[in-house]
Amino acid sequence: MSALQAVSASSGAAGHSIEFRNVSIRFNSFDAVSGVSLRIQPGEFVCLIGPSGCGKSTLLSAAAGFLGTRGDAPGAVEGEVLVNGERVRGPDISRGVVFQSSEALFPWRTVRENVAFGPRIRGVRGGELRDLIDYYIALVGLDHAADRFPSQLSGGMRQRVQLARVLANQPRVILMDEPLGALDAQTRSVMQREIERLWQETQCTMVFVTHDLDEAIKLGDRVVTMTAGPGAGIKSIYDIKLERPRDETTPAAIELHRALRDDVAEEVLKTLRSQRR
Amino acid sequence: MTMEVNRTYPVNGPKAWYQRWWAVQPVRSTVIFALSLAIGLVVWQLISIKYGVYFFPSPSETWIAFKELAQDGSLATSTIDSARRILVGWGLGLVVGIPIGLVMGRFGFVRQLLDPYIEFFRFVPPISFVTLAIIWFGVGEASKVVLIFYTSVFIVTISTIAGVLAVDPLKVRAAASLGAGPLRTMFLVIIPASIPEIVTGARLAMGNSFLTIVSAEIVAAQHGLGALIWKSRNYGRTEWVFVGIITLGILGFLFDRIIRVAVRRGLARYVNHG
Ligand SMILES: Nc1ncnc2c1ncn2[C@@H]1O[C@H](COP(=O)(O)OP(=O)(O)OP(=O)(O)O)[C@@H](O)[C@H]1O
Ligand SMILES: [Mg+2]
Repeated sequence: MSALQAVSASSGAAGHSIEFRNVSIRFNSFDAVSGVSLRIQPGEFVCLIGPSGCGKSTLLSAAAGFLGTRGDAPGAVEGEVLVNGERVRGPDISRGVVFQSSEALFPWRTVRENVAFGPRIRGVRGGELRDLIDYYIALVGLDHAADRFPSQLSGGMRQRVQLARVLANQPRVILMDEPLGALDAQTRSVMQREIERLWQETQCTMVFVTHDLDEAIKLGDRVVTMTAGPGAGIKSIYDIKLERPRDETTPAAIELHRALRDDVAEEVLKTLRSQRR
Repeated sequence: MTMEVNRTYPVNGPKAWYQRWWAVQPVRSTVIFALSLAIGLVVWQLISIKYGVYFFPSPSETWIAFKELAQDGSLATSTIDSARRILVGWGLGLVVGIPIGLVMGRFGFVRQLLDPYIEFFRFVPPISFVTLAIIWFGVGEASKVVLIFYTSVFIVTISTIAGVLAVDPLKVRAAASLGAGPLRTMFLVIIPASIPEIVTGARLAMGNSFLTIVSAEIVAAQHGLGALIWKSRNYGRTEWVFVGIITLGILGFLFDRIIRVAVRRGLARYVNHG
């Protein structure tokens, strides 16, 4: 019991701030993102939307520390990416990443073993490890499937495993790149509620990339839209002041949906036009 | 409409005993295997009737030769000697090829450095090194094992590289943000993810080893299935050659089966992904 309490207490630690200061990212000679400045508050839930290929994943990767930090990492990052006031120098367990594709899971490990990956590296062992894993597997509602392999799970369950695996490291920031993009509408809606609940429970800072406007409106404290690339930047920022849990069918939500839709559509058209050229 | 859906259609009447037996998978495959064997023996017999014992010994002549070689113990020693050379050379090929493949797959610089040699030697057949092997390693066991090693190591290396390069970068990124450094990434992600290709490489290398063992034993081997085949020629005993060839085939089939079963038992989670 005490171990579980310790687990839930420590996972209640506050999230870290994230700050992009005039960030530009290039891949060889290609300008993916240029001049992005954005400050994300500790514990805030920020959704990123924008036309396909504009650089949402690229921004997220920069915050995760996947770009240009080591010899073989792709991309050159200019400007500063700060998390909790410190420059990002590479991946770190305080910044968990959930990917769209369940290829990110380790298919040769069971759910339990996938979730244990981070804690074992941190040196958690024995009963403490078992309690920790059980706690996070239960938190995402997978107790009944703990000993299954990813290939034996549905798409929604696999994304739960990714969440549990990241949460088991008790991160301060969770970066999610279209985590629900491959799911059907029903599963998606359930998972949105789950993610909101986990966010409230852990008080992590969340950055959430999505193409689904309603999803962004449902989850985000703020929704950030991006301009079309190359040289993509931030277009506008919407403060979502709706009460949680949110309902996307209220007039206020529909109003927001319209505004966001027009905003993004403009950029999508730009992308299409530039591709035709 | 619902009636239609719920209706159960009558299954064909009771089955005869042979139909029931035929439905059992092991029975069916055994029967087909026996049939295949019988057809092979008949064709073999027909050819040998046409050409005679020196040119093409019949199944029964080969069987007599088999008993002859089995009784004086030379078949057993030959089989054991060849099997030992193959296992040692192949094992060394794995022990050397897998780490080299892992490093080459992981580090582009090392890959570019070694690639020309891999690409060159994989086209030079082992038999062209027989003379050199004897000059460098003598007429004893070493030269034979080295040739088997040579025929194994490149295919294992190349398969391992392919496995490493096919690892989804998402897995590596995920591991990194879960706290894995380069060494843990290698042992906890790259190697497990590459096992299917490594196993394929090992099986191909085993095949290569059997192709090579006969050339490896071409000179100065007292025993060995290759040696048996070469010596039989000197005595004009074509049926001994047949015995050697058949034993090689069976041994190869057996070894491949053993690898497959071992992989299924020990590495299932890496190969079948669940
Ligand atoms: N490793 C890389 N090497 C070269 N170019 C890259 C690399 N990663 C991304 N890019 C380019 O950077 C741009 C932004 O890509 P990114 O993946 O960030 O877009 P995105 O907004 O996430 O798109 P989507 O919505 O389709 O996921 C694209 O034009 C892409 O081709
Ligand atoms: Mg993306």
